[in-house]
Amino acid sequence: MIGRTRVRKGTSKTITAKRPRTQPPIKGADDDDYDLPITMKETRRSRSPLFYGDGIRYLQGDTHLSGKLIVIEGPDASGRTSQISVIQPRLEADGHAVVTTGLRRSELIGEGILEAKRNFVLGRRTLSLFYAADFADQLENKIIPALRAGYIVLADRYIFTLMARDAVRKISKTWSHALYGFALKPDLVFYLDVDPNELIHRVFQKNFSLDYYESGADVGLSEDMFESFTMYQNMLAKEFHRMQKRYGLIPIDGNRTIEEINTDLLKRISDFLYTKAE
Amino acid sequence: MSTTRRNALHYGNEARNKEGLKGRLIVVEGIDGSGKSTQMHLVEQWLRSRNMAVFLTEWNSSDMVKQITSKGKKKGKLTPTTFSLLHATDFADRYERKILPLLRAGYIVLADRYVYTAFARDIVRGCSRNWVYKVYSYALKPDIIFYFKVPIDVAIERILVGRPKLKYYEAGMDLNLSNDPYESYRIFQQRIIDEYDVMAQDEGFAVIDGTSAIEEQQAQVRGLVKGIIPKNQRKILETEPINIGVPA
Repeated sequence: MIGRTRVRKGTSKTITAKRPRTQPPIKGADDDDYDLPITMKETRRSRSPLFYGDGIRYLQGDTHLSGKLIVIEGPDASGRTSQISVIQPRLEADGHAVVTTGLRRSELIGEGILEAKRNFVLGRRTLSLFYAADFADQLENKIIPALRAGYIVLADRYIFTLMARDAVRKISKTWSHALYGFALKPDLVFYLDVDPNELIHRVFQKNFSLDYYESGADVGLSEDMFESFTMYQNMLAKEFHRMQKRYGLIPIDGNRTIEEINTDLLKRISDFLYTKAE
Repeated sequence: MSTTRRNALHYGNEARNKEGLKGRLIVVEGIDGSGKSTQMHLVEQWLRSRNMAVFLTEWNSSDMVKQITSKGKKKGKLTPTTFSLLHATDFADRYERKILPLLRAGYIVLADRYVYTAFARDIVRGCSRNWVYKVYSYALKPDIIFYFKVPIDVAIERILVGRPKLKYYEAGMDLNLSNDPYESYRIFQQRIIDEYDVMAQDEGFAVIDGTSAIEEQQAQVRGLVKGIIPKNQRKILETEPINIGVPA
């Protein structure tokens, strides 16, 4: 079970939308802007086994993807990258060709996003679309070609991080979901769930300082950087929990040691690869 | 199909009520060479000469976005989706930092191309119609959309006079319509006209005949603009013009 957010005081009412557990997690009811309301009908319409929405139409018949797309999601300092650096050689040792990918790595604008963030001039929706363009570039020029060629693609974060960030910045979830309608559905999505209080220790171990964006400083939660970080990471965690059911994220207890998490992940991956193949 | 097409920006009107926008949003659309920018310039001069608060914004003009994407554009081949998203980013930047705040402040915002340009181009390039509509669904519906309609031959002649070369994406070369850039351009533009024609009905464009005399078109445009100017400001339009400089 993932750490339910304890830091409630001080958070504004916009993030504490309480819903009975039985309800579908995202319906646009707490969307704060004026997008088309998502209806159940609309959600049902996109039954594509491959994509979240209409997908990439101009690919047409060219969508036979024999590879596997495995995603590891989780906050900054949750250990995603270390996990991938162990999983990749292991899969290769087992005879699989592996390609890794991550956010902000496109040739098109990966660098541009960094530059822009340094100057703090981007509006929330502008930043969101920039990330979407970066993701689209990698999806079409890297992920899909690799999957076609039968590779295992290990993604260090995927659209879920982007959608969670948007949601915390009060961009409508309906909109974000529709925006990523061109995204491929991964075969497996793991979510490294780390208690925000534990997370902050790891961040200090890694960088000795709190990152502006990873602390959600642009959201304006608190003047105090430490408090802002905790609040922001709690909000992100909450969004991830909301997404779990809808997008089939597999929560992984990230409060354990690297080795323990690694054993867990490798077992799940090989279960998937070898039971699927038969 | 027709239900999704209709009112692509329907909910934009709620934004107007909720945020109490005092300004007005005027949009011109049409293919290159339709004369829309000329007409928009004349509207701008007219309103300025009456001392109204006016702001003109052009498609794909955010410096910041351009700076960031120019390198990548040269390096990588843009797919229809990335092409669409980069334009959406440019629009979002102008929308968040200029169009919306200025409308709230009571400006008359003149947009030389708006979301309809994205709809037409992206859909012709093969993006899902539904998806493109959703990406721009947060945008405010304009108070009036002028569509300058010209036959393709007229537009092409206007555009190609004195132009040595068409740019790759401009000519729609990424669509593999033809190996000849001029032929490709023609087919591409015709498809965009077809998209505009569909939207003209669904979105209620004010269609202006772009082959008639410039003055005649402008008179028509001004007549319609008057109708959407807030009542308390309409009197100003009847006053004598003041001297204004040529905008940079």
